[in-house]
Amino acid sequence: MCGIVGLYLKNPRLEPQLGQLFEPMLQAMTDRGPDSAGFAIYGDEVADGWVKLTLQATTEAFDWKALMGELEGRLGCSLDWFQNASAAVLKVHADEAPVRLALAELAPSVRVMSAGQSIEILKGMGLPQEISQRFGLASMQGSHIIGHTRMATESAVTMEGSHPFSTGADLCLVHNGSLSNHFRLRQELKREGIHFETDNDTEVAAGYLTWRLQQGDSLKDALDHALEDLDGFFTFAIGTRNGFAVIRDPIACKPAILAETDDYVAMASEYQALSSLPGIENARIWEPAPATLYIWERQSA
Amino acid sequence: MKTIDLSTATVRDLNQALHAQAIDNEWRVTHSNGKHNLAVGVNQAVSIDIEGHAGYYCAGMNQQASITVHGNVGVGCAENMMSGSVRVKGSASQAAGATAHGGLLVIEGDAGARCGISMKGIDIVVGGSIGHMSCFMGQAGRLVVCGDAGDALGDSLYETHIYVKGTVESLGSDCVEKEMRSEHLQELQELLDRAGFAHRAADFKRYGSARQLYNFKVDNASAY
Repeated sequence: MCGIVGLYLKNPRLEPQLGQLFEPMLQAMTDRGPDSAGFAIYGDEVADGWVKLTLQATTEAFDWKALMGELEGRLGCSLDWFQNASAAVLKVHADEAPVRLALAELAPSVRVMSAGQSIEILKGMGLPQEISQRFGLASMQGSHIIGHTRMATESAVTMEGSHPFSTGADLCLVHNGSLSNHFRLRQELKREGIHFETDNDTEVAAGYLTWRLQQGDSLKDALDHALEDLDGFFTFAIGTRNGFAVIRDPIACKPAILAETDDYVAMASEYQALSSLPGIENARIWEPAPATLYIWERQSA
Repeated sequence: MKTIDLSTATVRDLNQALHAQAIDNEWRVTHSNGKHNLAVGVNQAVSIDIEGHAGYYCAGMNQQASITVHGNVGVGCAENMMSGSVRVKGSASQAAGATAHGGLLVIEGDAGARCGISMKGIDIVVGGSIGHMSCFMGQAGRLVVCGDAGDALGDSLYETHIYVKGTVESLGSDCVEKEMRSEHLQELQELLDRAGFAHRAADFKRYGSARQLYNFKVDNASAY
């Protein structure tokens, strides 16, 4: 069992309150996932030609300042960064690949959680309340956010095994369910050059989407292929640079509920997580149909 | 009238009060906010109004009570109900009325997947449409759908009577359309009237078991 929540703001005036609106949604799913929690928030975009990475160190005492100094010297370009608990958000005027390469050499223990122009992924072990407090979720701003509370059934409870999983630039995935063919699929994806860090089944789904998107699929095509190739139970929420998507497997035994008003679209595993949203009593509320893609995106970034 | 406010009382407070003897005949539950297990295991002829959305297993195992939810319900509403009645003014998630032996479940909106799965005698009347795999292994009782039915309706059906006014996306294994005889028109009209829906029984179609899966056929042995 796990909990999924997502909030996409249609009304930009609510953007300063995104974290404040979302925190009770994440915490309402504590019963479904007390092991670990995480979220991917979109906002504070960097300009074209820049890349934003969320990095995680193993401790809050990690010397980010020293690393950033070395990184600036190595890359020879301007960068901006700030620390958030054990994580750091790095903005660099460079391509993603050389930044990743330099980070891997300079600080092999530091993990890259996300990369893109907008996304920041923050996650860790502990109750949803601890995670949201650790990273200061309530004061965060942005256009949309998806989150996850985990009750592990498949693999170890670790920071790396918690959700969301990055699936490419500004893309991420959260999952409720379990995949039964992830072992074989992981072998196949490894041969295609996809790299895995855990034994987690969701990481395989994320790797699968990364691979399909690298093959030139649109997000819709990649998810249509996922319905064919992933065997098991899933409700997925997918964060994109401009919005978010929801899809359930053809059996649809993992729950999902959607709510839409003039101000927002919200998604959750259970209605309880939506009950704190303003205007929810007049929202259009429905369950997403099986094997059907729902997607909300802004017209332009 | 007794009111329990779930913004201050717990779900356990509510259920324990409903299980206690010598209680009020009319109950009102406020600030339900999608909480799970509301009014489960009630075994008294009381009337309960839940003023909002309810979570999983609302009115589960009900006996005798008449329960109305003024909102939507989550998974497994009125599961294993034995008697009494449950009315949902909004829509229901999956597995509404699962395994229930008796009583009447009315859902004014839509019901999700697996509505009436393994139902054993309950009557379910849905004002809107129902999702896929509904009435799977339905054994007894009646399922009435005023809208449409999703994929694989009545798969591996036993003796539940199914009536659908709209379209059926597909019938499950061993479920077939059947002739609507006068006794069926009569029982359907009675159910529609009890549920308070202004539909005519003659506009519905009846579905039931072809009874081909009741016994193991030795010819199929090689398939296993």
